Amino acid sequence: MKMFRYLKRGLRDSFKSVFRNFSLSVAAVACSIITLILVAVSIIVSYNVDSITKTLESELTIVVYLKKDVPDEQIENLKSSFVKMKNVEEVEFKDNEEWKLEMKEYSETYSTTLDYLEENPLLDSFIVKVKDVNYLKETTDAIREFEYVESANYGEGMAENLISAFSIIEKVTIFIVLALVFVTAFLISNTIKLTIFSRRNEIEIMRLVGTSNSTIKLPFVFEGFILGFLGSIIPILITIYGYVLLYDHFNGYILSPIITLVKPFNFVIYVSVILLVIGCVIGMFGSYRAVRKYLKI
Amino acid sequence: MKLISIQNCYKIYKNGVTAIADLSVEIDKGEFVFIIGSTGCGKSTLIKMLYREERPTKGNINIGGINVAKLRNSKVYKLRRKLGIVFQDFKLLPKLTVYENVAFALESIGMKDKDIRPKVIEALDKVGLKDRIRSYPRELSGGEQQRVCIARAIVNEPKILICDEPTGNLDPTTSKEIMDILDKLNKEYETTVVMVTHDKDIVNRMKKRVISLDNGVLVSDAKKGSYKVHENV
Repeated sequence: MKMFRYLKRGLRDSFKSVFRNFSLSVAAVACSIITLILVAVSIIVSYNVDSITKTLESELTIVVYLKKDVPDEQIENLKSSFVKMKNVEEVEFKDNEEWKLEMKEYSETYSTTLDYLEENPLLDSFIVKVKDVNYLKETTDAIREFEYVESANYGEGMAENLISAFSIIEKVTIFIVLALVFVTAFLISNTIKLTIFSRRNEIEIMRLVGTSNSTIKLPFVFEGFILGFLGSIIPILITIYGYVLLYDHFNGYILSPIITLVKPFNFVIYVSVILLVIGCVIGMFGSYRAVRKYLKI
Repeated sequence: MKLISIQNCYKIYKNGVTAIADLSVEIDKGEFVFIIGSTGCGKSTLIKMLYREERPTKGNINIGGINVAKLRNSKVYKLRRKLGIVFQDFKLLPKLTVYENVAFALESIGMKDKDIRPKVIEALDKVGLKDRIRSYPRELSGGEQQRVCIARAIVNEPKILICDEPTGNLDPTTSKEIMDILDKLNKEYETTVVMVTHDKDIVNRMKKRVISLDNGVLVSDAKKGSYKVHENV
């Protein structure tokens, strides 16, 4: 019962304080709104970049062309030795007929040209998927060493560069998110310090009449919670509506269908929960840190 | 066991100043004690050690069974609930009414609202401010503010009332009123009163136990002392 009364009074006092120090509260909430919006943008960007990288990575394959007229058992041998390689995820055989069909579908010119030729000029091949794209080059080089292998190629250049660029973007955004979280904590802590400063007489008297430290801290921690909570509402709305709008505007992909955006649901819900938790935890942590200093009377 | 017992107490501040040196004093339940001495004699340090705003560097202080010298910061509230403290500068909250100021002390130790009201009214009645409960501190005179401060100190019915120069900011007539209230609390409710002052008239008139300090050393401890005598010692 006593605990309950403490909680009730703590909540009442914290709401009072939020409204009494209205301008300070607005400042703190505004700060956390701005930083949380940036946090939201960073999370969305880094998550999308991550997802695009993953799709690109899964699309990246090594195409291994075999020499003409390799006996069937040698093809089986090659396949099993490819599968045994450390970095190989999946090996798929694709014979020259399949290639022919694919090329004929691709364009009219190819189709007529191929029809003129009696013999299929194309080569049998393996499509090799790798586990780790970072070792794509090494794996390709190793495959080239095999007998009966005419050539082995992957989307050298562009794809590699894109992936490394994306991984840099991802690291930078994670760094930005962490930095912003830190800044928000600092700002809320400072704001609460100011409200505490204006109430330091109250704290002193509470200490002198025998209030326990945890009871004194309670309303301030609530206050931090409230400020963090209020500060996360607008960023959450912006995330939900903004991202859905963005997704619809781009029809789900940027530039080419291969660079797809993450589907808005449930993604925005996760981001909102993260924002809410960051806001509240930071607020509580900031105020807890700020009030400790005043409890040494 | 005495209510307050101070044994071989030393207080040396970090800057090397010795505020209290080898002080041993015992105060019994129901006593009224003046602590006197010139400025810088250590009387404020002594009284701050009683409510654990300062810790003794060496020695023991025991108040109502609590070892104050070894009391951790997070446990200080246990001591303070046994004490009532009256300050020279009142320390009232300006945005709260008289009633709220007194109730604040009970609220913040978690008492039920319906128990608070009669206690606050009773405390304000004891200091004669029952008809001013809705006033704000700024609307009161200095003496009235001090009475609110006393009401706040006694509302939790403490065994000990510690007064740090309660009449320091008041004129002689008002001071006398305050002293009458403290005397009444001491006589009628057997509250132990420890009061720091340098008001000679008050000490001479009250004829109570007087502990006088000089440079942190106990100079005299007289049962029915007066200010003058000790100045000559």
